[in-house]
Amino acid sequence: MDLSAINPVLLIASLMVAATPLLLAAIGELVVERAGVLNLGVEGMMIIGAIAGFAISVETTSPMLGLVAAMIAGAVLSLLFAFLTQFALANQVASGLALTLFGLGLSALMGQSYVGVKPPAMAKLDIPVLSDIPVLGPILFSHDPVLYIGIALTGAVFWFLKKSRGGLILRAVGESHDAAHALGYNVIRVRILAIMFGGACAGLGGAYISLIRVPQWTEGMTAGIGWIALALVVFASWKPWRVLLGAYLFGGINVLQLNLQAAGIAIPVEYLAMSPYLITILVLVIMSADKSGAPASLGRTFHASQ
Amino acid sequence: MKLTKLLTSAAVALGLATTAMADTTKVGFVYVGPVGDGGWTYEHDKGRQAVEAKFGDKVETTFVESVPEGADAERVITQMALQGADLIFTTSFGYMDPTINVAKKFPKVKFEHATGYKQADNVSVYSARFYEGRAVQGHIAGHMSKTNKVGYIASFPIPEVIRGINSAYIHAKKVNPDIEFSVIWAYTWFDPAKEADAAKALIEQGADVILQHTDSTAPQAAAQAAGNVITFGQASDMGEYAPFPRVSSIIDDWAPYYVARTQAVMDGTWESVSTWDGIGAGMVGIGEISDAVPADVKASALALKESLADGSYHAFTGPLNKQDGSAWLAEGETAADYGDNGLAGLNFYVEGITAEIPN
Repeated sequence: MDLSAINPVLLIASLMVAATPLLLAAIGELVVERAGVLNLGVEGMMIIGAIAGFAISVETTSPMLGLVAAMIAGAVLSLLFAFLTQFALANQVASGLALTLFGLGLSALMGQSYVGVKPPAMAKLDIPVLSDIPVLGPILFSHDPVLYIGIALTGAVFWFLKKSRGGLILRAVGESHDAAHALGYNVIRVRILAIMFGGACAGLGGAYISLIRVPQWTEGMTAGIGWIALALVVFASWKPWRVLLGAYLFGGINVLQLNLQAAGIAIPVEYLAMSPYLITILVLVIMSADKSGAPASLGRTFHASQ
Repeated sequence: MKLTKLLTSAAVALGLATTAMADTTKVGFVYVGPVGDGGWTYEHDKGRQAVEAKFGDKVETTFVESVPEGADAERVITQMALQGADLIFTTSFGYMDPTINVAKKFPKVKFEHATGYKQADNVSVYSARFYEGRAVQGHIAGHMSKTNKVGYIASFPIPEVIRGINSAYIHAKKVNPDIEFSVIWAYTWFDPAKEADAAKALIEQGADVILQHTDSTAPQAAAQAAGNVITFGQASDMGEYAPFPRVSSIIDDWAPYYVARTQAVMDGTWESVSTWDGIGAGMVGIGEISDAVPADVKASALALKESLADGSYHAFTGPLNKQDGSAWLAEGETAADYGDNGLAGLNFYVEGITAEIPN
């Protein structure tokens, strides 16, 4: 065992990278669920974002264009879900699951000619002077831009839901779509916009994996992160900053347990492997002891005539 | 009357249909990852394609990819048997019990399970001696490492993986007595993000050689980003990362075996066998050693490969002790395949490895 081999600065820097795709997907889903829609298709939208972002950035050699394409692709795929659940009034759980299966299959098809291709590298945001500060520099100031977007997005969503009029309407739709409808708000439109936002975030999260974190395309490469994002939203009791905390906890403990293994620490590997799940759930459950529940209309279909 | 006639003609038609069907041999494949993983499953699927290319219309192959190991596998294998498969290849260790269970219910269907050890009248087992390839990797790793730290991304603590770690360690140690191995158990065969994180953790802790027993190319990409770390292709050549960081590879070549076994089913000569071939028989290939490796190291690695291929050298040759210091193989003794302390059920590290095997 050689704990001195673990460099805490590098550890914190890499946990932030590991947490970002999860954070992006979860913050998008949070907005969707606060609008009263349960979209289980996060995994599908992520993987579509991963391949779309990868393909576009390879073709155009611009990682930025790839990220934009990933957001568009995720949003377009989520429109399919929006159509099924908001117009065809299909069951949200079934539609979401179908979206995931569809996304996984379609991404495999789209990605066939991209296996083994290397994407153009995303430049790190090396801020001069600041990134040279010892300790704080590598942790805070030398990441890729998307990581900062993830944190900024969390703040923006918090502000939007808590302070803005639009957020109030969105929450009203999520709590009681009948009341919101009676007040004259267009429930369907609000929900579609929320679903598209969720899709774009999931797509961006997926592209973060295929363009920055791994970076390459392999089939099924999101490997369940979409599902963890879904669980995270629930355990974070639909609160943005708790989602951030949960994502960093989960990503952090995951990276930490790999580092502990590599350092040969004498804790059985099985405990290390399950620790991210256990600790994240434990912390968030304790925090949500204040009984803040789910949006009241979550998962219920709405039609103006009913 | 009419109804009876209808039924009879239907029965005749059905009979005709089945005889027509009998001409084609149906071969099913169950994969643990996607066919596009660039590693393990990719190579199995190349074997499947070789079967199709060889027999053309006489054979019909089907496959199901990304099948989880466990109860779900049993469902998938049963479904294949019900759909009339004559021969089913289940291509991951975790399909062992499901394969045996389904085989009991379908005595006429032939099964082939990869990398396991449970045989039955209609279940063959086959595997490759990947540890011979690991010996070559260990040899190169021992020569190339400057930090004397080798990182090893392992999947599950099963004999096949443990054999690989031991073999690589023994041969790295032989050329570099100061070498140390750090092992990370990923508990997955395929999870690019996790494999990348594991590779990064090992590299951050000073490893400059990454060996992997997981199936994606993510560790290769992580090593490339680090810039001064070498890797080896796993299961497939992973040649897109050559010449650096990927300096060589272990390539699984299942095609000849799959073709031979399909032929045996067609000829009616199929019998339950246990096949375990290595470099010599061509089931394990060593991918081209790139120019990033110095010429003398390359030459000695190739010599090692030759001696493994012609059988003049065994990768587990004594004197070797177990991790706890007790004797395993005496001077000049080679490890047996089966029995106590045999390679097939290997569940301990050799002396010198400091990590512990999870139970």
